[in-house]
Amino acid sequence: MTAETSLDVARIRKDFPILDRNVRGERPLVYLDSANTSQKPRQVIDTLTDFYERHNANIHRATHELGEEATQAYEGARIKVATFIGAADEAEVVFTKNVSEAINLVAYSIGNATAGAGGADSGRLRLAEGDEIVITEMEHHSNIVPWQLLCERTGARLRWFGVTPDGRLDLSRADELINARTRVVALAHQSNVLGTINPIADIAARAHEVGALVLVDAAQSVPHGLVDVRTLGADLVGFTGHKMCGPTGIGVLWARRDLLATMPPFLGGGEMIETVWMERSTFAPPPHKFEAGTMPIAEAVGLGAATDYLADVGVGAIQAHERDLLRHALEALAGIGGLRILGPAEPVQRGGAVSFTVEGIHPHDLSQVLDDRGVAVRAGHHCAWPLHRALGVQASTRASFYLYNTHAEVDALVDGIRQAQKFFGTA
Amino acid sequence: MMQLESLYTEIIMEHAARPLHAGLREPFDAEVRHVNPTCGDEVTLRVTLKDADGEPAVADVSYDSLGCSISKASASVMADLVIGKTVSEAMTVSEEFVGLMHSRGEAEPDEDVLGDAVALAGVSRFPARIKCALLGWMAWKDATARALSEREMDAPDADREQL
Repeated sequence: MTAETSLDVARIRKDFPILDRNVRGERPLVYLDSANTSQKPRQVIDTLTDFYERHNANIHRATHELGEEATQAYEGARIKVATFIGAADEAEVVFTKNVSEAINLVAYSIGNATAGAGGADSGRLRLAEGDEIVITEMEHHSNIVPWQLLCERTGARLRWFGVTPDGRLDLSRADELINARTRVVALAHQSNVLGTINPIADIAARAHEVGALVLVDAAQSVPHGLVDVRTLGADLVGFTGHKMCGPTGIGVLWARRDLLATMPPFLGGGEMIETVWMERSTFAPPPHKFEAGTMPIAEAVGLGAATDYLADVGVGAIQAHERDLLRHALEALAGIGGLRILGPAEPVQRGGAVSFTVEGIHPHDLSQVLDDRGVAVRAGHHCAWPLHRALGVQASTRASFYLYNTHAEVDALVDGIRQAQKFFGTA
Repeated sequence: MMQLESLYTEIIMEHAARPLHAGLREPFDAEVRHVNPTCGDEVTLRVTLKDADGEPAVADVSYDSLGCSISKASASVMADLVIGKTVSEAMTVSEEFVGLMHSRGEAEPDEDVLGDAVALAGVSRFPARIKCALLGWMAWKDATARALSEREMDAPDADREQL
């Protein structure tokens, strides 16, 4: 075992009730699927319960005491999230359903601007035939499909950064890919498959030279405290609550206030308006312009509690712990014959998601054996089909680590893989 | 390992290791490609029909599949079961198998109808794997429906010899 970190994992694990349960009979749960969704600490669960038991009301419109409390809790969560990511102002934090909705919000807003919405203020967002949107081969489908749809609607062209064999972005053609026609560059901060952390600041600098907007899918990086929007370099950042100890159904789009102000709305409805006439409507200032209808209020409050929890534990300690787990996992996995790690083999500019293939065993079969031993991983293409094609693999198995995981759990994974090789007669 | 062995029975392991009727053959009446969107597994499957006393029957099923043990074994079992049956008999087997897969482990599979496919009964207790087991069967059903509709379209053409 390598050097211990300052994180008291035994104490952390006590915060997560689910980690106590057994699965598949009497097997203790070994949860290595946090990049898919994280588990929730008691503090977040209690916040949800307390909200529903004591403060539940609709926000921004109820004139009663519960309404005041609910509004305060919801807007208080916005402030907590803003603080957690270093936002200058909580008005830069728009609540969405998830990161997919955050990216769709941006893509549809640009599409609406292209159709004439927003008037002169939205001119910068307007796309013309021949304009280009640049994404990467390592994107999650949620940062691919919204742009494909936008290109279909507007005639813009979708272009792609490739991936090198060791799982980094191929930046050799960056100056050609990001050019005067480029209007949006959208990419993941940390790959959900490879764990690769991309050099956002460098790419954003190039994108800003040509006047393009930079959207970062930070679903896999915010949970580990890797995002400070003041230094990241992005213009727009999306992330989701459920991967960072928060509830499902709540996500965030961050953007600077002046940019949000020029973006036409995506969804129309209650609470996002200023005035409504039969002929037209005017809209509330951001962030409320983008929050139509009754929002997932309790979930937002729960996300606020999650950011409190992560901040209390300390993002530095979480990162150090995950680096330690990752180093141990990469070393141990490298010792298994027939196992190929997809993505960087060294724990450098890389987060704690490790995808791999095992010769002769399909990921579904491997994950089934692991599940039989209580080890929960993800098998498939992890919503990154183009990446798997680029790497020449049909599917992979992914183990992902978070603050509550231990060296013993990494060892359980390794033992399980060896067991699967015995079971299927490949080793 | 009790649960695991109820899933990966010896019969399944044998079919997965040495799938029957695998490979793509000519001639064929219809070809389809089906994918399992959760894992990217895919199967390309061809169906050749023949005439059996005025009724369409399955002359051959050939396929090329990329997938897990369950999907490979299931395609192998399926091809072996349906080849030689009339389309109507084969559809009955297919319905029986789909029913078994959705039985949550509760069904008593009929070996007279399902043959080696009874060995896949354990899959029904693992909801995430049901799609794996159904991939080849759904492809066969689709390809057969296409082959049948082409025969119907061809039918009025008296000069053309029917299979």
